[in-house]
Amino acid sequence: MKIADIIETLDLKLISGAGGLQNEITGCYVSDLLSDVIGNAREGELWITLQTHQNIIAVASLKDLAAIILVRGLTAEEGTIEKSNLENIPVLTTTLDTFSVAGILYQLIKKK
Amino acid sequence: MRTFRADLHIHTVLSPCGDLAMSPGRIVEEASRKGLDIIGITDHNSTRQCGITARMASAKGIYVMQGAEVTTKEEVHCLAFFENSDTLDSFQVYLDSNLPEIMNDTSKFGYQVVVDEDENIVYEEDKLLINALDKGMDEIESFVHSLNGLFIPAHIDKSKNSIYSQLGFLPAGLNADALELSPASLHNKFEEKHYEINNYQTIRSSDAHFPEEIGRVHTEFYIPQVSFREIRAALKGVDGRKTEIR
Repeated sequence: MKIADIIETLDLKLISGAGGLQNEITGCYVSDLLSDVIGNAREGELWITLQTHQNIIAVASLKDLAAIILVRGLTAEEGTIEKSNLENIPVLTTTLDTFSVAGILYQLIKKK
Repeated sequence: MRTFRADLHIHTVLSPCGDLAMSPGRIVEEASRKGLDIIGITDHNSTRQCGITARMASAKGIYVMQGAEVTTKEEVHCLAFFENSDTLDSFQVYLDSNLPEIMNDTSKFGYQVVVDEDENIVYEEDKLLINALDKGMDEIESFVHSLNGLFIPAHIDKSKNSIYSQLGFLPAGLNADALELSPASLHNKFEEKHYEINNYQTIRSSDAHFPEEIGRVHTEFYIPQVSFREIRAALKGVDGRKTEIR
């Protein structure tokens, strides 16, 4: 499953990092603590968070994450967009809250 | 050049967590007793106790750095200081418009009051001050600097509400005038574990919520005389001025 495949299903809006839309998704990690993501997220995972600071791109890049989904319609800050485009790490936003988007993704990923 | 002792992080009775004894009068008295020349008045997301404290402190020869301890959207605590009442007022408007409309419950969080020289309550803040502003750290940093203020991430060594606890690591290109260490940094050797902070000036302050905590640690400024500009210059190390933590 690629990022591009879930955009429609989850009604996601791409904010930046279109270069990474063909990234393969291996799983999902949900956390708002960056140190926790650094410690526990695994390569290829999709990261659901409400953090929008540019440090999220550094974390995603360090951990080779597939993409970042911002919840509740949050938008990324300028510095985050810039770095996301540079690193080709897609940042997407959904109007859903964390519980809902994680629930839908769980079903999608488990089906595979 | 002379050495001036500063404690730049002090809460007043306006902060819900600030002890009721933290009136401007008591703070100034305690600062004077501890031999401080400069104090920072930094309530959570409010500057409203600064003016009264500055007037009272000046009568005792103590200079007040006027500002606030801002809570960013990421829940990072940052100190912001301003040079004059115009910029301080502009920042208060920014705080008022970006703090969520969630009311304080005095039974859970405590009172949020401004008191005057005679310990009379002159203002009560209804909105919960310990909330986070609806603005990210980088946005707040830009706004503080647009008002020619000083922006200093607070108690960076703490495991909560610090830049490290909330954002994982020091962001690349962080535009900070200094980084503040908490009293605990005397023991936790934070500086030895995080060499990257050596790119910044550090200060150490008490984060006092109770009178006896004022001046428990301090920062020394080597400057010809005390002013906002001289303190800024000391943080930058301009022309032999310097800043040392104690």
